Order: sequence, then C-alpha cells, then structure tokens
Amino acid sequence: MTESTLLTLSVAILLLPLLGFTILIFFSKRLPRQGDWLETGFLFVALAISFVILFTKLTSYHDHVVQATFGWVDFGNVPGFGPMRLDLGIMVDNVAAIMLVVVCIVSGLVHLFSIGYMHGDVRYGRYFAYLGIFTFSMVGIVITNNFFMMYVFWELVGLSSYLLIGHWFERKSASDAAKKAFIVNRVGDIGMFTGIMILFAAFHTFTFDTIFESIKSGNIPLGSEAWLTAAGILIFCGAIGKSAQFPLHVWLPDAMEGPTPVSALIHAATMVAAGVYLVTRTFAMMTADALMFIAYIGAITAFISATIAIAQNDIKKVLAYSTVSQLGYMVMGLGVGAYTAGFFHLTTHAMFKAGLFLGSGSVIHAMHHALHHANDHHTDPQDIRNMGGLKSKMPITFYTFLMYTLAISGVPLTSGFLSKDEILAGTLAYGSLTGHTIIPIVGFLVAGLTAFYMFRLVILTFFGGHKDPHRLEAVHESPKTMTIPLIVFAVLSFFAFYSFNPIGASSGWFYGAVERPESVVPAATAAAGIQEFEEALHHSHTPAMILSILIAASGILLAFVVYYWNKISADAVAGALKPVHQFLLNKWYFDELYQATAVRGTDALAAAYRWFDNNIIDGFVNGTARWTLGVTQGTKDAWEEGNIGAIFYMVVAGAVSLYAGWLTTMQLMPLDATLASMVINGLIGLGVAGLAFFLFYVGVGGFDNKIVDGLVNFVAYLAGFLGIVTRRIQTGKVQTYLAFVLLGVMVFFLWFR
Amino acid sequence: MELHVLGVGVLTWLTFLPIIGMVAVLVLPKNNPAAVKWTAAVATFLQLVLAAILFVMFNKSMAGINDAASMQFVERFKWIDIQSQSWFGRIQIEYFMGIDGLSGPMVLLTALISFIAVFASWNIEKALKGYMAMLLLLDTGMMGVFVSLDFFLFYVFWEVMLLPMYFLIGVWGGPRREYAAIKFFLYTLLGSVLMLLAMIALYFSVAITDPATGEKIHTFNMLAMMNPANFEPGSLLYGFGTYWRYLAYIALFIGFAIKVPIFPFHTWLPDAHVEAPTAISVILAGVLLKMGTYGLLRVSYPMFPEIATATAWYLALLAFINIVYGALCAMAQKDFKKLIAYSSISHMGIVLLGMAALNTQGMLGAVFQMFNHGTITAMLFLIVGVIYDRAHTRDLDAFGGLALTMPKYTGIMTVAFFAALGLPGLSGFISEAFAFLGAFQVDKLRIITIASTLGIVLTAAYMLWTLQRVFLGQPNEKWAKLPDINPVETFTLVPLAVIVLVLGIYPSFMLDMMTTSLNHLVDFVSRGGAAVAMIP
Repeated sequence: MTESTLLTLSVAILLLPLLGFTILIFFSKRLPRQGDWLETGFLFVALAISFVILFTKLTSYHDHVVQATFGWVDFGNVPGFGPMRLDLGIMVDNVAAIMLVVVCIVSGLVHLFSIGYMHGDVRYGRYFAYLGIFTFSMVGIVITNNFFMMYVFWELVGLSSYLLIGHWFERKSASDAAKKAFIVNRVGDIGMFTGIMILFAAFHTFTFDTIFESIKSGNIPLGSEAWLTAAGILIFCGAIGKSAQFPLHVWLPDAMEGPTPVSALIHAATMVAAGVYLVTRTFAMMTADALMFIAYIGAITAFISATIAIAQNDIKKVLAYSTVSQLGYMVMGLGVGAYTAGFFHLTTHAMFKAGLFLGSGSVIHAMHHALHHANDHHTDPQDIRNMGGLKSKMPITFYTFLMYTLAISGVPLTSGFLSKDEILAGTLAYGSLTGHTIIPIVGFLVAGLTAFYMFRLVILTFFGGHKDPHRLEAVHESPKTMTIPLIVFAVLSFFAFYSFNPIGASSGWFYGAVERPESVVPAATAAAGIQEFEEALHHSHTPAMILSILIAASGILLAFVVYYWNKISADAVAGALKPVHQFLLNKWYFDELYQATAVRGTDALAAAYRWFDNNIIDGFVNGTARWTLGVTQGTKDAWEEGNIGAIFYMVVAGAVSLYAGWLTTMQLMPLDATLASMVINGLIGLGVAGLAFFLFYVGVGGFDNKIVDGLVNFVAYLAGFLGIVTRRIQTGKVQTYLAFVLLGVMVFFLWFR
Repeated sequence: MELHVLGVGVLTWLTFLPIIGMVAVLVLPKNNPAAVKWTAAVATFLQLVLAAILFVMFNKSMAGINDAASMQFVERFKWIDIQSQSWFGRIQIEYFMGIDGLSGPMVLLTALISFIAVFASWNIEKALKGYMAMLLLLDTGMMGVFVSLDFFLFYVFWEVMLLPMYFLIGVWGGPRREYAAIKFFLYTLLGSVLMLLAMIALYFSVAITDPATGEKIHTFNMLAMMNPANFEPGSLLYGFGTYWRYLAYIALFIGFAIKVPIFPFHTWLPDAHVEAPTAISVILAGVLLKMGTYGLLRVSYPMFPEIATATAWYLALLAFINIVYGALCAMAQKDFKKLIAYSSISHMGIVLLGMAALNTQGMLGAVFQMFNHGTITAMLFLIVGVIYDRAHTRDLDAFGGLALTMPKYTGIMTVAFFAALGLPGLSGFISEAFAFLGAFQVDKLRIITIASTLGIVLTAAYMLWTLQRVFLGQPNEKWAKLPDINPVETFTLVPLAVIVLVLGIYPSFMLDMMTTSLNHLVDFVSRGGAAVAMIP
C-alpha cells in the first residue's frame, strides 16, 4: 500500500462519521430507525479501515511517519518577512495509527451499545448524529500534523461534548453541566492558544515537525528558554482542561449528566484522553521544567480524585473520579518521562474504562427498568447504596465488570497491570533521577486507593443482598447489543493483546511501535535523556512490580474486609472521621470555591460594569444633553426678553476663554508630540479655559443670572450649540442641520486656509 | 480593471441602484405593499449580483491603497471645480471611486446585508413606502462610503447615511425610539464634525500639481493625501508627528471611534439597537459599525502612519477594553437584543486588536473579522427579531425550552451562537485567531493580547448562558404554540449560515481578495512609521 493510499484511508475515517452526521442531522426523521444503522455501519467500516491502517503502518512503514500537507491560507508577500503560507496537513505515525484503532473500537462499540441503551429516546436520531460529529472531531485530533488543526478539532470535540452532555437538555442539571464543560475547557484552551501563539510568533508555522526542527537547530521562541518552557506549559493547559486535570477537573464529574454510553466514549476513553495525546505529540519540545510541572499536575490530580472517589455513592460519579485519577496517572507518566507507558496506559485504560462505563450503563438500564416496573420514581437508579446482589441476575455484566475492575486495579494478567506497572516504574526512576520522591509515593498510594474504591464499587453493586429483594426479581440482563460490547472490552482487557509477556510490556509490539521521541530542547533545559532514563528504569522495574502487586492486593483486601465481610463498619469510620468524610464527599469543595470566586466574581464584575455603563458613561452623555437643554433654554429666555447684551457677553466670554485655553495648549506643546503630552497639555488648556470663563463670570458678574442660572459649567456652554441643533431636528427641521454643516464647512475653510 | 454597464461604471451602478429603487418605491401606489417590497428586493438583488460580479472579476494581485494605478473599477471625473477665489483658492472635488482589497469585502458585505435586510423587513406595515425608501437611501450611503476615494465624496456619503438611519430608528423603532434616534444622531454628528475638521485641515495641507495647467491646487483626493510629498511645507499638517497632526489624527479617530464604537463612545449603540427594528439592527451591526474601522484603515492609517504606529499600544488597550468590558456588560444584560449589542462591542474590539498589530496576520484578521462580524451579528439580530416578532418580549428570563418547540430555529441559532463565540470551523474563529496571532507577534502588545484572550472565555460564558436560558430547559407553556421559523426568515438566515460555514472551513475565498492590499497597507504604514523614527 502506498503512503498516499494510507493517508486517503485515514481521511476516509475522518469523513465517514461526518457524512453520517450530515445525513442524520437533516434526514434522521425520514430514515428507518432514525438512521442508527447508518451511523453505526459507517463506524464499523471506519473500524475496519483503522485496522488496515495500523497493520500497514506497523508492517510497511514501521519507523516512518507518513504525512501530507496542503496550502490553506496564503499570506502573500509579508512585509519584512517575504512570502508566507500556512500549510495544514495530516500525518499517520505509530501513535496516531494506534489511537485511530482505539477511537474506532470504542466509538463503534459505543454506537452498538447505544442502539439498545438509547432505545426509544426522544432525540434518538440526533443522538447518533452527535456521536458522528464527535468521532469526526476526535479522529481529526489524532491525524493532524499541526497545532492549528489540533486546536480546531480540540474545540470541535468540545462542541460535541457540549451537545451530548446536554442531550437531555430539558433537565437543568444537564444543560448546566454542558455549559460548565464547555466554559471550563475554554479556560484551558486559551492557555493552549497562547502557547500556540508563542510558537507561531517564533516560527511562523503550525506544523509539529517544522517547529521541532527549528527548536532543535537552536532557534528557541523569542530567544529565551523561559518562553520555551512557558509554551510547553501553556499548551499543556489545553490538556489540563480537556483531560480534566487539577485545577480544571471540576467539569468531568458533572459531565456524567450525559447518556452513559457518551460517558464511556467521550468522558472516559477518548476525548478526555486527547489531553494525554496532546502531551505525547508535543513531548519532544517539553523542557525539564515543563515536564516537572506536568508530572506534578498529574500526581496532584490522581491523588485528589482518588480520594474523592472513595466517598461517592453514585456509580457514575465513582467512575468519573476514577477516570480523572487515571488520566492524572497518564499525565504523570508522561511528565516523568515514561512516554510509552503513559500512552500505553491511555490505550489500555480506554478499553477497560469504556467497559466500566458501559457496564454501569447496563446496571443503570436494568435498575431503571426494575424501578419503572415497581412504579418507583423516587429511588435513584444510579446510587450504589440502592443496589447489591446484581451478580446473579446480570452475570455477563458482572463478570465483564469484574474483569475491568481487576484491570484498573492492576492485577497481574490484565492489561492495566502492564501499563500501570510501567508508569510506576517510571515514577520510581524519575524519583531516583531528580529527587522528586513525592511523585512515586503518590503513584503507589493512588494505586492502592484505586484498588480499594473499585472493589468497594463492585462489592456494593453486585455482591451481597439487594436493598429491596422484590426489586431484584425485576432486574434483567441487558440485550445483546449491550452485552456484546461489554464482552469485547473485557477480552481486550487481557494482557495478551499488548504483550505476550504477562509481567513486562516492553517486549510487546506496542513498546516496539511507540518509542519515546528525542527531546529537541537545548540540552541544558532538557529532562533526563532516553539512555539515562532507561538505565534508571531498568533498576526500578522489579521493585515497582512487586510493590504494586502488594499494594493492589491490600487495597482489594481492605475493600472486602470493609464491604463484604463487614469486619470494619464503613459508617463508623465515616462517623469517626466526619470532617474528612464530608470533605471528600463534597469533592474537596472545589465547586463551591469556584462558585464563590470565579463565577460570583465574574457576575459581580459584570453587574458593576453594567451599572458603570448605565450611570457613569451614559450619565455623562445624558448629563451633557441636560446641560445643553438648560443653556439653550436660558439663551432662548434671554432672547425672548431681548437681553441680547447678555447673550453677546456670554458668546464673547466663551470664545475668549476658549482661545486662551487653545493658546496655552499650543504654547506648551512640544513639536515632537506624543499622545501622552497631547492629553496632558490638552487638559491644562482646558483648565485654563475653564478658569478664564469663571473669571469672566465672577469678575464682571454684570450679566443676568437667569441666563446661566447655575450653569457656569464650561462644557455646558460648548454643548449649547449642539442643543439648538437638537431641538430643531426634534421638531423636524432637519434642514437646520444641513445649514449648520454648511456653516461648519465655511468656518473651517476660513480657519484653515 | 474596468467594467461598464450601459456606459456607466459598475461602482456607480452599485452605489446608485438603490436610489433608482427608492424612486421606483416612491412612485408606486401606497396600497400595494407587495410591489413596494419586491421593488426594494429587486433593487438590492441587482446590487448583490453586481457585487458578486465584482468579486469574480476582482484582480487579487493588485494592491490599491495609495496607488491609483492598482485601484480597480476606477471611475474618476471632475465633479465640482470652482475657479480660484481670493479667499479660499481653487476648489476641486472629484467624483473618484474605486475598490481594492480593503474595500472589496466591505462592498460585498454591504450588498449582502442590504439584500437580507429587505427580507428581514417583510413584516413592516407602518408606512412601508417611506421605510423602504429610507432603507434604500441608507444602502446608497453605505455603499458610497466604501467605494469613494475622494474624501469629500466619502464625507457626503457618510452624512447621507446618517439621515435615513435617524428616521428609521426614530419612526419605526421601539418605545424609546426618539431618545435612541437622537442619541445616535448627535453622537454621530459630533463624530462628523470632528471628521470634517480634520478633512478640511488635510485639504489645505495637501496640494498637487494640476497636470493641465501646472498650477498647484488643493485636493480631496485620498490617495494624494497619503503621499507625504504632497504636503506643502509650512502647511498645518506638514511634517511628521507634529501636534497638529496629532490633533487631526485624534479628531479623525474620535469620529471613527464613535462609529465602531470604541469605549467610551459606545453607549449610543445598545440604545439604538434595542429600539431599532430588526432589519435596521442588522444593517447597523452588519455594516455601519464597519465604517468606523474602515475609516481608520482607509483614512487615518495611511494618512498619518507615524501617529498610527506611535499610538498602536493605546489602540490595543482600547481593543482590550472593548473586548472584555463589552463581554462583561453583555453578560449582565437581561434584554436579548441589548446583549447582542454589547457582544458587538466586544467583537469589534478584536478588529481593533488586529489593526493595532500592524502586521499581516493582524490586519487580515481585522478586516476578515469586519466581514465575519457583519454576517454573524446579522444572524444574531435576525434571530432576536424572530423571537421578538412572535413573543413581543426580549426578556431573556421569559423564555426556556424553545429547542423543543422551535427545532429549526434552534438549529440555525446554534450555528450563529457558536460562530459568535469563535468555534473553529465557523468563520469568526479564523479572524479572531488571526487577529490574536498578529497582535501577539508585536512585543509591545503581547501582554495586552494575552489579557484579551480572557474575552474568549467570557464570550463562551454569556453566549452559552443565553442559549441555555432561552432554548434549553423545560418549555415555558406561555410560548408552547410559537410557530417555527417561516420561509422568509429561513431565507434570510440560511445564506448567512452557509457563508459563515464555508469561510470557516476555507477562508481563502475571502482572504485572497484582501492579502495583497493589506500587505501593501502594512508595508506602507510601517514605512511611514519608520520614517518618523529617523527624524532626530
């Protein structure tokens, strides 16, 4: 297969879901079954193509990046630069080829699952259309070769996420969550955009390769290594938003308002992993400082969300925080330099976490039907405290769910064990190389917490007795369209798909295909090189593995002790540690904090500005109008009383004062004026004019008070001219205005000639 | 490039077709509203067709700006020629029209928006004849401003536009129409007076040699005013960076700033918009605001390059204020239309930011944003109009759940809202991104640019909040029976949506038209700015 065929096929994967979206958004109502088969069919075709691409890539072009560019905007002959053109393009390297398969598998199976899960939904056709536009955007992120398209598709997945979270927009909580997701992501995105601006200002291109090569040749942005680090961190801000890293993680748990298959696809497996993908794409340009920042953000995120997950009772919320935590893990992995491990964890996690969400969807679906059957509309079908004992009624769901849980807990023989182990080894290596030992400590701690809260979830959901035994009778296993995806994901959670060696991934095809790129940053700012890191990794591998198995085992054991054998009462512990429990239950009060600061602050500022606009600025404008009317009225009165002398005096006084002010300004003005000197001198001149007018008024004082009754204000007098015009036009005499314009022209002619 | 239709230049046709339409409208019988509407529609449609022909025939490699030879579709006659008088010398005013890559997109936009505005006025019943006549007169004024290359002609069109606008708001507007109309009028008048002042100062400072007689004469020719060599030694505006030039620049700036509008001269805009009928809001936001920034680029920048360069930082600061202040004010509004009006202030800030950058990306972003804002905001005002026509309220909190009752409307609204918040794939994003990319490249503007990105988040916040309040949630029973958009409304919205989408994916359709001219403008202005730096 030629390179261009490969690229054409990847474009086909990009466009198929878009075609599905376009057809469904306009015609889904007229299609049989609202077109679900069409969109799902497209996705499976895309899946088949993605396998072809991966196979071809790994066999024919293993160490070669296939890419093509096209001209998009021509800036022409840019002054001071020469011809400049913006090229965009696509590329398929091994990472992209793997990611394509991941996206297509998860998306295809989620489509299939949705046929059962979303059956009878009010906006069934539109739901599938949205899945289509999501897949399109996600594939776009995967195959782009430049920052610009990355940002474009980055925002477009944000849009599809917004649309799908808000699928049931009748519920306020859903539309709130959708809005929150979009806005919080935008906060991260402006960071990313600023990073891109730094790179563009320096290199005048968006293409990854060109930028990296420029940096490699010593051409760093704006001539400063600090800017390079800043660019790295700012671009990573995009990942903080999209991959729900601390401190922007708050949107992801709320995003669970969307349909559960959406949570599996977008908010667990693919879109949220885009941030991790972005870091792999830009890894080569990250300085040591930027990577350290990334590692710490990942570690903090992993820890915070793991602790929150322990205290949650909503099945999807537990999984949501678990997702945040695992994303933190991946980010941490990349940050410490375990590039392959981070991306590997993305892949394995995509499978078992998508499975976990679909499994929870199956459970919720069954609970929902059982509750519906019992005419119970008050019990929350997602609260694990209302569950229990589902094992016997939903065997497929249970066993697959167990498989995923083993994988996420890092039990040997699973894919999760392989990838997690590599990350932990990487953190140990990083700790020994840099002395940041807190990173591996957090890594292992989170591994234990993960095993604990995941088994807590499994035990409370599937083991023991059901809260209401009658209800259990109405619980049924889900239909085949839902169980088949579960089985596929469970199978894909075995180690064998990634490496034939169950205790080490490094010998497998995945590690062969995904190699850490050479850093391009100046040596002084680079993190530990590949050689050095591999060396340290070699020493840390075995201890990491032993330690991680021990920790996972104790986490699982603790979960059984507390929730299965009830040797320790969870309630008693929660009661004894009430403040801690409340703190965790309320998610460290992040939402409250943001509500009180960012949201309230913005609202208050907006209200303040509105007030300022209506009262100060417009107050000034309207005030001018009022003074004007006052002066005009005074003039008119004087006119009617025949007090021409007073008017004449005012006019002369005004003109002389103005002229005095003007002269002062001009005397003071330096020839090489600047705006600041203009303003200052102008103000001085205005002051002189005002003073002069005041002296006229006070010093002579011989004219009728009535005329300027309380209106000594100089500005007011100036405005008088306009006032007359106003009144005339208001009475419809527009020709007055024209006459004034003509008069103005003549005056200016005389003045300037 | 020249094009004549029936022996008359195409730009003249373009400008005065609406006047012909206006005359036709005025002679039509009063009791035949359909004929009046269709006459207006035909006149603006022909204008649109001509504009499209111009677009196709436009030579993208010709720069224009200060070079008469590379202006396109030029028409040039002596218009007013008063022989030398003892006290003001010889007055020569030309009928000088032409377009380049700066005015080309604006001509297209004007023709497009005017055509759409006629259909957006389909429901007008009160004094329809007068309304359409005014609308067409306004159209002529707007078009004339963009094609004029003689300052006097420019000024005449600028003023021609003012009166119909005043009446359109003052007669066909909402409850506070008189206040809004007079506020608009006075504000703009203030700007006009200042502009007049600067124009006449320029007139008396610039002199060219009359090729026929060899006599030195003053001129209103804009291109002549851009050439520093034409300034007579000893005249008011002779030299570089003198205070007189600063004064003239500031006078012009305020004149244009009022139109944009730039903080703090913006408060006429929300009032005018809220009171104006839908089609007039569409024109106001779609075309009129662009005249301010167009004037800055056509007049202020090339005629006072050293001051434009020296004050770029201040302009960027104003841009930042416009962007963030406008967005925050929009967020606090309860009136749908007022919110959109403030969002215009915010979006015009992006134009200013791109202009302040004074480089290719910034300038392209600015002019492209002018075009995009024209289409996107036109959609937003049309959308508000649709709902106001049906519910007779614009209170954002009065609605909810319209997505359920008016699905087509909601679909097209989604496109407009996301275009306004700068979603990639829609045109607004490209111009916004270019403006930011341009400004960021300038060392002095970097901090302001980063601060201005805050506007990106704020815009998303108030747009989505509005969307949620009006369209999502449980449907309000009071509005359960609102009909979805009708064919005429669809006809006004869909073409705009298509343009927004197409230009969002492949902006080069429009950018290619502007690139040569704007590169030339950047080059020319920065050279002028550099010239003053050499003066000790």
